[in-house]
Amino acid sequence: MVADALSRREPAVAAPRRRISLRGAVRRARLVLALSILALVVGSALLAPWIAPFDPNAMDLGNALQPPSAEHWFGTDQLGRDVFSRAIVGGQLSLLIAAAVVALAGTSGTLLGIVAGYRGGWIDGIIMRVADIQYALPPVILAMVMVGAIGPSTTNIVAVITLANWARFARVIRAEALSLRHRDFVLLARLAGASHLRIVLVHILPNVRNTLLVLLTLDLGLIIILEATLSFLGLGIQPPDPSWGTMIADGRGYLERAWWTSILPGCVLMLTVLAANLLGDSLRAGNGSEEAR
Amino acid sequence: MVSYILRRLGAGLATVLLMTIIIFIIVRLVGDPAHLMLPPEATEADRDLFRQQLGTADPLFVQYLRFLGGLLQGDLGTSFRYGVPALGIVLERLGPSLYLTGTAMAFAVGLGVPLGILSAVRPGGVADQAGRLFAVLGQSAPPFFFALLFIRFFSVELHWLPTGGYGGFSHVLLPALALGWYSAAGLMRLTQANMAEVMDAEYIKMARIKGLPERVVILKHALSNASLPVITFAASQFGILLGGAVSIEAVFSWPGFGKLIVDAISQLDYTVVQAAVVVSAALFILINLVVDLLYAFIDPRIRYGR
Repeated sequence: MVADALSRREPAVAAPRRRISLRGAVRRARLVLALSILALVVGSALLAPWIAPFDPNAMDLGNALQPPSAEHWFGTDQLGRDVFSRAIVGGQLSLLIAAAVVALAGTSGTLLGIVAGYRGGWIDGIIMRVADIQYALPPVILAMVMVGAIGPSTTNIVAVITLANWARFARVIRAEALSLRHRDFVLLARLAGASHLRIVLVHILPNVRNTLLVLLTLDLGLIIILEATLSFLGLGIQPPDPSWGTMIADGRGYLERAWWTSILPGCVLMLTVLAANLLGDSLRAGNGSEEAR
Repeated sequence: MVSYILRRLGAGLATVLLMTIIIFIIVRLVGDPAHLMLPPEATEADRDLFRQQLGTADPLFVQYLRFLGGLLQGDLGTSFRYGVPALGIVLERLGPSLYLTGTAMAFAVGLGVPLGILSAVRPGGVADQAGRLFAVLGQSAPPFFFALLFIRFFSVELHWLPTGGYGGFSHVLLPALALGWYSAAGLMRLTQANMAEVMDAEYIKMARIKGLPERVVILKHALSNASLPVITFAASQFGILLGGAVSIEAVFSWPGFGKLIVDAISQLDYTVVQAAVVVSAALFILINLVVDLLYAFIDPRIRYGR
């Protein structure tokens, strides 16, 4: 009964009102599916140097634009390079960037959000005004302008996407910290003489953990998409290094003759984001928090 | 209410101002146009003259003050590349972008909201399952990838629609669908969640007991109460659509605002980038303000001001 009442309160989950056991089973199946896809993609990206059947940059002009076959699973591109190998090696850089951004934006956003929410006052004002700036422009445009200025190296891309993404964390975590600030256990800790640092680390941080976990997972997909968009526009990972975004961009001119050069890497990208989103949804359903994006 | 509007406008103006400072600095990190735009054989004297003509020889804060002074008069500088007012170029390109994002928004609302309602009314039904799949897929790929899929299928395979270019309904259909899918997915989920919650409320039971037809119960009683967050969310999607439009415009050779920014960045046309950013930030802040006011208008329970 309690579980049923609790799960009714999750508007963001959008689960049908069915028998709880069936819904639990469906949710578990989705979680397993999401985790297996992620494991497959991350695993093949990590092991890319060993499992990629071809050198991702080896050209073979006599073998250009070959359709998918037993030898070339995803076919070959306009320079005769193996699309499958490029897709898994490309995943390496895309996932690395996404992981770095999620870690950096998550950490900085969480810290700033906690400081803003817990301390309040002018510090809160400044942090939130700076966050507003980020909200005044679509992240893609902000990132594009910054990359255009400082150049598209991998470090720069990570820095720029982080700068374009920390505010979402800061806002949500700030709201949580704000509500935790006046809770009895925090007041009691203050009375007992705990320092602000201790309160933040021991009492606030563990209480925002679940929200943070959901935000991190849902953000992973958004960041992969943002990085792919930058690369697609030529402002991200630079050729000849493969990335999902650049592969889709390169294959654009061959939609009629060789759809596989752009569509298949795109499908790998889509599957990865899909799995990250499913994982985020499952986590959100699991802890009943309502943060929509 | 008036003081609330003024306060919000003030805060918005402050954000735009901060934005201009940041963009002003970022854009100047790009490099010296005297080196980038003049041929390599130009002499240092040529370069100095060029800098003086552009006004980039002065100290940064003088340049910024000049920029602000111009901003107050609606002058956002002259394009380095084309020699015409940057604001004009930006506004000229804003039209096609608003046409594209507006159509995409119409698709997002027109597809997302009905799907959400259907899915909430009959949980587990065919519409619910289909709607869910629609939402999950829409949030899983960048719009430019959907654009390529659509082009491959509808243009290359079936020859139904053009593969690109600016024009009427047949030209805007594919880009707007590709762009709007992501937002439609979010709208579908939100509508579904809100409707599902409202359908449980006492007044819905009451309306049914009164013997009102189901159509009236759902569309009048449930939907009007579930629509508030949906409206805010829809409006918040404008920024996402404007951002997504950048890649969509590149795919379909759409002469819009996003393509202008990409081109201006690669041509190091500072003033155009600056003008584009200021205009889009101002537009964005204005839209958010209108949404908040709309909110108060629709729901009289909300009162603003302290």
